[in-house]
Amino acid sequence: MVRIGAFLVGLFFAGWLLISFLFGAVAYVSDPPQPTVEHEFHKAPKHVSFSFDGPFGRYDRQQLQRGFQVFKEVCSACHSLKFVAFRDLEALGYNEAEVKAIAKQWAIKTPDVDPKTGEMSTRDPVPADHFPKPFANNVAAAAANNNAIPPDLSLMTKARHHGSAYVYSLITGYQPQPAELLREFPDAKTPEGLHYNPYFANLNLAMAPPLTAEGQVSYGDGTKPTVDQMAKDVAAFLTWTAEPKLENRRRAGLATIVFLLIATGLAYMAYQNIWADKKKAA
Amino acid sequence: MRRRDFINIAAVSFAGMGAVAVVVPLIDQMNPSADVLALASTEVDLSAIQPGQAIKTTFRSQPLFVRHLTPKEIAEADKVDVATLRDPQTLEERTVDGKKQWLITMGVCTHLGCVPLGAGEGENRGEYGGYFCPCHGSSYDTAARIRKGPAPKNLEVPEFKFTSDTAILVG
Amino acid sequence: MSFPWAEHYTPKHPVMQWMDEKLPLPRLVYNAVGAGYPVPRNLNYFWNFGVLAGLALVIQIVTGVIMAMHYGANDLVAFATVEQTMRDVNSGWLMRYAHANGASFFFIVVYLHIFRGLFYGSYKAPREMVWLLGLVIFLLMMATAFMGYVLPWGQMSYWGAKVITGLFGAIPVVGEPIQTWLLGGFAPGNASLNRFFSLHFLLPFVIAGVIILHIWALHIPGSNNPTGVEVKGPQDTVPFHPYYTAKDGFGAGVFLIIFSIMLFYAPNYLGHPDNYIEANPLSTPAHIVPEWYFWPFYAILRAFTVDFFFVPAKLLGVLAMFASILLLFFLPWLDNSPVRSGNYRPTFKKFFWILVIDVLILGYCGGAPAEEPYVMISQVAAAYYFAHFLIVLPLIARFEKPLPLPGSITESVLNRHNIKGEEDALPGMGADPQPSNAG
Repeated sequence: MVRIGAFLVGLFFAGWLLISFLFGAVAYVSDPPQPTVEHEFHKAPKHVSFSFDGPFGRYDRQQLQRGFQVFKEVCSACHSLKFVAFRDLEALGYNEAEVKAIAKQWAIKTPDVDPKTGEMSTRDPVPADHFPKPFANNVAAAAANNNAIPPDLSLMTKARHHGSAYVYSLITGYQPQPAELLREFPDAKTPEGLHYNPYFANLNLAMAPPLTAEGQVSYGDGTKPTVDQMAKDVAAFLTWTAEPKLENRRRAGLATIVFLLIATGLAYMAYQNIWADKKKAA
Repeated sequence: MRRRDFINIAAVSFAGMGAVAVVVPLIDQMNPSADVLALASTEVDLSAIQPGQAIKTTFRSQPLFVRHLTPKEIAEADKVDVATLRDPQTLEERTVDGKKQWLITMGVCTHLGCVPLGAGEGENRGEYGGYFCPCHGSSYDTAARIRKGPAPKNLEVPEFKFTSDTAILVG
Repeated sequence: MSFPWAEHYTPKHPVMQWMDEKLPLPRLVYNAVGAGYPVPRNLNYFWNFGVLAGLALVIQIVTGVIMAMHYGANDLVAFATVEQTMRDVNSGWLMRYAHANGASFFFIVVYLHIFRGLFYGSYKAPREMVWLLGLVIFLLMMATAFMGYVLPWGQMSYWGAKVITGLFGAIPVVGEPIQTWLLGGFAPGNASLNRFFSLHFLLPFVIAGVIILHIWALHIPGSNNPTGVEVKGPQDTVPFHPYYTAKDGFGAGVFLIIFSIMLFYAPNYLGHPDNYIEANPLSTPAHIVPEWYFWPFYAILRAFTVDFFFVPAKLLGVLAMFASILLLFFLPWLDNSPVRSGNYRPTFKKFFWILVIDVLILGYCGGAPAEEPYVMISQVAAAYYFAHFLIVLPLIARFEKPLPLPGSITESVLNRHNIKGEEDALPGMGADPQPSNAG
C-alpha cells in the first residue's frame, strides 16, 4: 500500500517536473534568453597582489598607514567607517599619543550631549570612539549625494567577492563607456550623474572617480603616490578594517594545525596498536 | 612499560593537553573586551567644584567621588589619631602632595558595594561628616576613612594624576 | 539490550561501587559507549561520522553559548554586536568563525552519515526507529541552522528569513496569516529576530535529547555493518571501548584538522559576502541563496515553474521541497529488499551512485542564479530524486538478484584477508574490510 501510494506521488512529481522541463526547453529554444548588458560587460576584479595574500601573508604596516591617509583625505568625506575605533589604529603602528592626536584632529566631530546644556552637540573624538559618520543619517547622506547613500566601508572588502581586488579595481576602473556597448545596447547609455565602471555590478556607479591625479595625497614615507598606488593602499587599509584579526587568526591556525597533526599521528598509532591483536586473531 | 602502552598514554595525554589549551580562549572571552578596556580611564574637570562640594562621576562603570575639601574638613581629618582607625591611613597618604584638598575616591562602599551618600548636595554625610552608606550603616569621615559600621576598609582611592591644575585623569 | 556476551560492568573501587548503587551513571556510559557495547568488528571509516556529528554538536553548543554572551538580539544592534564580538571580544573572532564554519561541518558529517545509512541499508528493519529519529534530528538541525543564519541580521539573514517564511505563505487561505504569525509582523523585524534567537538557543538541546533516543534505539539491535549481515556470535564483535573509541579518536583528529584549515585560513569561503552588509528592508540582494547545505532543497523548490491546473507552481515547489525530506521517513518500507548492504546489490549500487551525483547536481543548481540552463537541469535532477526513492527503489527491491551474502561478519573478514593476504602486512586495517566502498 505504501509502495503504491509512493509510486503515484513519485509519478506526479517526476512527471510534472519533466513536463515543466519540456515547457522550459521549448521556451529556451524558441525564445532564447537575451544576454544582458551586465552579463556581457561586467568584469571580474583585476588580479592584484597584496602582502597579506596566501596563508602566511601579513599586513604591511607602512601600506596600511598610507591607505589610512587616503581614507582620511579622500574617502572619509562621504563614507563612514562605523565599526572601527580610533584606538584600533594602534595596530597600524601608531603609538598612543599619535592615535590621540589623530582622533582629536579628525575633521568630523563625534556627536554627544553638551555636558552643560544637555543639548545635542559635538566634541572632538577620543581614541575610544568609533570613527564618526560624515552624515547624521541615511536621509542626510542621500540628500547630499544625489540620492545615492555612500555605503559604510568597515566591512566592504568582506561584503564583495574578492573584496580587496574589488576595491582596487573599482577605484582604478572608471573609463568611458565602450562604443561596442552602446552599439549592442543603445538603451544602456550611462545616465546623467552616474559613472561607467565595468567592475561595478550594474556598470553605472553614483560615486565619481575618487582618485584622479597623481599626488592627490602626499605620502610621508617617500612612496610615489600614483593613482594605482593609492588605490592599492586604500584597498589594503580596507582589508584591515574588515578583518583586523587576520594575523592573529593565521598565527593561531598554524599552532593549532601543527598540534593537531601530531595529536592525530599519535591517535593513529594508538588506534593501530589497539587493533593489532584483533588482527592476529583474525 | 610496553611501547604500545606508552603510545596510548601519549595519545590520550596529548588530547588532554589540547582540551586544556582550548579552554584558555573559552575562559578568556569572558574578560573585559577591548571596547570596555578603552573606556577604562576617565578625565575629570575640577574647575567648577567649589570647596565643600563633591561630584559623582563614573570610572569603569562605577561611581567616582571627587570632593573639594574645606580647610575645616582637612583639619578634622588630620586631627584623628591614625592608630585608632580600622584601616590606618592619613589624609596625605590618600591625596596627592600639595593638592590635599582634592579627595578622589571610588563611590563603592567596601562592605558590600553600595553607593554611599554624601557626594550629592544635601545628602546625609553621616556622623563623621564624610560619607554614609545607607545599606548597612557604614560611616566614613572627611578623608573617606571607615569610622563606624561593618565596612572593613576605607573608600578606595583609584590611581589618578593631575594633568593640569584643574583636571585629573583617573585610571 | 545488547548481546549476551557483552562485558559486564564490575566496579572495583569502593567509591565506584557506592556510586553504582546510588546512581549507576558510570554503568550507563559503560554500556552505551564503553566496553559493555559489542560492535561489529568490520566497521569501516564511514562509521566514524556518527561520533563526528556528536562532536560537531558539542562544538556548536560551546561556541554558541559563548556567542550568546556577546550578542544583542535586537534589530538595531544585532549586526553591530556581532561585529563587536569579532573585533573587541577576546578570541571573539575565533568563536564566531568556529560557530559559522562549525554549522557547515555539522552538515557535512551528517550528510555523510545519512548517505552511509542509505548505502548500507541501515534504515532497514530492525533499525527503522534509528533512521526515523535521525531524520527528526536532521529536520531540527535545518530549523536551527536557518534561524541561526538570521541572527547576524545581514542582508542574507534578512532576506533569507523573508523568503523562507514566505514558503508558508504559499499555503492556500491560511498561508499569509501563518507567515505573519511566524514573523510577528508583516516583514522580518525585531520580533522575528528575538523569537529566532530564543528558538535557536533552545533547539540544539532538543537535538541533544533526540540524539540520546537515537543512540538508545541503536543499542537495541546493535550497529549495522558493511556486510549488512547481522552479528551471529561473540567472534563477530569487539567492545566499543577501546576499539572504536580509538578509531573515533583518530577520526576526530582528521576532522579537526580539516575543520581548522577552513576555520583559520578560509573562514568566509562557505559564507556569502552579502551577509557582511547590514540588513536593509528596502534593497534585495541581486542573488539570494541560502547556505550551501540547503541548496539541493532550494533547487527542488525552484524547479517547479508551471502551474498544475488550479495548483500554483509556487505551492507545488513548497510541497515538493517538504516532500523531498518527508519521503525519507517512508524509506524503510519503500525499499523492502531483505539485503541491506549495497555491496551485495549490484543494481541498487548503480542507482545509489546516480543519486549521489544527482544530489550534487541539485546542490550546484540550487546555489546558481535562477536562470537557464540551471532551472532546466534542476528539473531533470529533481525528477530523478523523486523517482529514485518513490519508484526506482521499490522496483529494484522487487526485481534485483542480490549477490550471495557471506555467512557471517567473521567469514567476510577472513575471506578478505585470505584474498589479499595481508594478515600480517597492515595491522589495524582489519577494521576496514571494504575501504573501496567509497569508489
